[in-house]
Amino acid sequence: MPGIKDRIAVAGVGATRFTEHWEKDQEDLLVEAVDEACRDAGIERSDIQAIWAGVYYHTTGMGGAAAVDPLRMYGVPATRVENFCASGMDAFRNACFAVAAGVYDIVLACGVEKITDSGSRGLPNVREGLHPFLPAPSAPAMFAMAATRAFEVHGWNKEDLARVAVKNHANGEKHPKAHFRRAITMDDAMNAPIIAYPLGRFDSCAVSDGASAVIVTTPAVAKTLTHKDDYVLAKANGLSVYTANPMYKPSFDYLGFPATQAAAKMAYEEAGVTDPFEQISLAEVHDCFTITELLNYEDLGFCKKGEGANFVRDGLANADGPLPVNPSGGLKSFGHPIGATGCRMIGEVTRQLQGRAEGVQVRDPELGLAHNLGGPGAVCSVTILGRQ
Amino acid sequence: MAGIAAWGAYLPTFRLDRKTMGRAWDTPSLPGERSVSAGDEDSLTMGVEAALACLAGRDRSDVDAVFFATTTSPYAEKQGAATIAAVLDLPNALTSDVTGSLRAATTALRSALDAIAAGTARAVLVVAADARPAEPATATEQLLGDGAAAVLITADGPAEIIGVAGVTEDFTGPWRRTVDHYVRSFEPKLETEYGYARAVIAAAKEALSRAGIAAEQVTKFVAYAPDPRTLATTAKRIGVAEVARDPLFSTVGNLGAAHTLVALAAALDGAAAGDHIIAVAQGDGADALVLRIGAGIDAARSGVPVADLIASKQMLPSYEGFLRFRRLLPSDASDPRSSTVQYWRDRRQALPFEGVRCTACGIVQFPANRACVECAALDKMEPIKLAHRGRIFTFTLDHLVGGEYLETPVPRVVVDMDGGGRVFFDMTDVNPDEVRIGNEIELTFRRIHDGAGFHNYYWKARPPRTATVPA
Repeated sequence: MPGIKDRIAVAGVGATRFTEHWEKDQEDLLVEAVDEACRDAGIERSDIQAIWAGVYYHTTGMGGAAAVDPLRMYGVPATRVENFCASGMDAFRNACFAVAAGVYDIVLACGVEKITDSGSRGLPNVREGLHPFLPAPSAPAMFAMAATRAFEVHGWNKEDLARVAVKNHANGEKHPKAHFRRAITMDDAMNAPIIAYPLGRFDSCAVSDGASAVIVTTPAVAKTLTHKDDYVLAKANGLSVYTANPMYKPSFDYLGFPATQAAAKMAYEEAGVTDPFEQISLAEVHDCFTITELLNYEDLGFCKKGEGANFVRDGLANADGPLPVNPSGGLKSFGHPIGATGCRMIGEVTRQLQGRAEGVQVRDPELGLAHNLGGPGAVCSVTILGRQ
Repeated sequence: MAGIAAWGAYLPTFRLDRKTMGRAWDTPSLPGERSVSAGDEDSLTMGVEAALACLAGRDRSDVDAVFFATTTSPYAEKQGAATIAAVLDLPNALTSDVTGSLRAATTALRSALDAIAAGTARAVLVVAADARPAEPATATEQLLGDGAAAVLITADGPAEIIGVAGVTEDFTGPWRRTVDHYVRSFEPKLETEYGYARAVIAAAKEALSRAGIAAEQVTKFVAYAPDPRTLATTAKRIGVAEVARDPLFSTVGNLGAAHTLVALAAALDGAAAGDHIIAVAQGDGADALVLRIGAGIDAARSGVPVADLIASKQMLPSYEGFLRFRRLLPSDASDPRSSTVQYWRDRRQALPFEGVRCTACGIVQFPANRACVECAALDKMEPIKLAHRGRIFTFTLDHLVGGEYLETPVPRVVVDMDGGGRVFFDMTDVNPDEVRIGNEIELTFRRIHDGAGFHNYYWKARPPRTATVPA
């Protein structure tokens, strides 16, 4: 299998600010992100030959027209991608595959979500009540049950969670497109109201709106565009889908997410990464909740099982540490407009590798990792990007 | 004649002090407290609980009929007995609802005895439950309570029924038209003498006569009565020697069509061989049954004593909790989504709580699927009833339910069921601060919501109320 390693180039990236966009609709956000990505790449919309758009909420999703209509790109092949919270990075994956297959030269991967049109308290209700009688946990509840197990088995506590929030908010303070641009203290994090015990408000990412876009092409074409000298290469993508109902699976231990472990293994093999802690220069990981980030460290092989809390406590994930995690501020600072997150992460890692990160620029990165997790750990997409 | 082979009761965990009710409306208070079914309970869920308690640990394969007696069926058109039979997994049972009268339970008992005598049923389960609505700010609201009981009648049940009689008399009191929200009542003095006492006394005397028992030989008089004083004076007029005391009035209230059966269960809990019990219920006439307690009574005692159910309680701190449970305040909350088609398709998960066991790897799992959740083997599944007990594997206290931020969190628990199966439940009847990994839970049958215009019944977890395992 040839895979995508070094056969795909990121020619341009764009994103809106992630925040409560009361005065903009989903269409406005997507146009803004795509326009920025096209300008960044130095192309026109008419150069785009196909589109993959990550949109999760069916109430706002209109198939491929969700992208074609606002962009007025009538007639262009477009597919809406929905794969839980990893919808955005799965749009990128499909775009990469189409270019690697040789079908297209220049395609658009993008994602958008307008969450606050359904209110700003938690995610709109999709699964709850769909089944006549089986209860469905809220998103915080699902990850809270992982935290409860980690407290029991690893002896972790609220302070371990709070350190993740403090680190990511410190980074997000410096990012112009973050929803929350304010550092917080351990006290802030520890004393916030509970959302789903043991997770409090600062353990949870916010409800935000946003859009993001990535121009995907071949290295040969990228050499003719704006970033001809600093386009970024895709080194690997791994996608793994596990169960959407782990609470009914007797062997599920809640101490990690098998989808991440499997997707990471695929990506590392394709990229030739054997020691992720040494080889990965920075990572944007899916910190929908603080407990998720701690478990991600372990699932991605940055540290051993049970050592996630130490990893952040020892500063290893700090922006100036050996393996900066979420130098952008992560979902903690950006919120999580579902379909938009995956391509935003690709954009963050791309800009880091190009040395033009918005917010905290890490020093001399070679390889960057982006990790997008969806559902109750049901879907994971891991992308590795590298310099030419 | 036939007799009672097993009995069980259910009383909701919540109680409301009648003083709290009097304070809420600035009205006088009756003494004691009343039971209050929670917002997700109704006559049918309480009936299921009583039926499971009655049959706990007993082979059910001889139960050929299930009768459900209530004046407050959750459905105007649809049978409650069929739901109870479905939970018990008795697809061939004759089922019937007996309703419209406070003596529905004793009428159902008489039909059960007829079926046993006719040889058309080996065992008949009679379930009675009520949660009657009362006009707010009235004494009736304080007096009524919610509860259920079930008895199993067999040809050789040790609480032998040796005399039965009944009188029927059309009498408008108490009543509730189909358009009424609350129970209505007649001029009380007239109702007590002409509607209640006359019919009860006539039925009781005739039943004693048919049993060949003198009133003085009765050790226990159990009956529905509009109030405790009427109960005592009526017993005296029948000639029962011992002063009749109702164990329920001050603790849980007047349980309507379930009252006589719950009181009978309490009497059977304390009965000894040789005792005679007379059980009477009134409503458009009266039914009376005389029981002689046989030597097998101790072996038949499997359920949880009614006294334990009375003692196992949580006080509602305010009248507002009662208003919320009864849905007496208008709400504009939208219906949750549901589907009668899907409920029907998944009925064996919902009611008999059936999962599957993979014969390839042995793992018990829920809900049912063709491919094993652990080894992925296809079509190796055999159905298995899951236990109603288990331990908490992990949990959260969810403040964010269905996009709505709540003041009080809902405990949501992942449970490893005894004997296998891992299932996710909402937890009820528990202080959220006391939920822990490893805690034991038992299931309770609840009305989850009313999406798609029907009652969606399923199970929730609760702390064990008693030592006995309903299965």
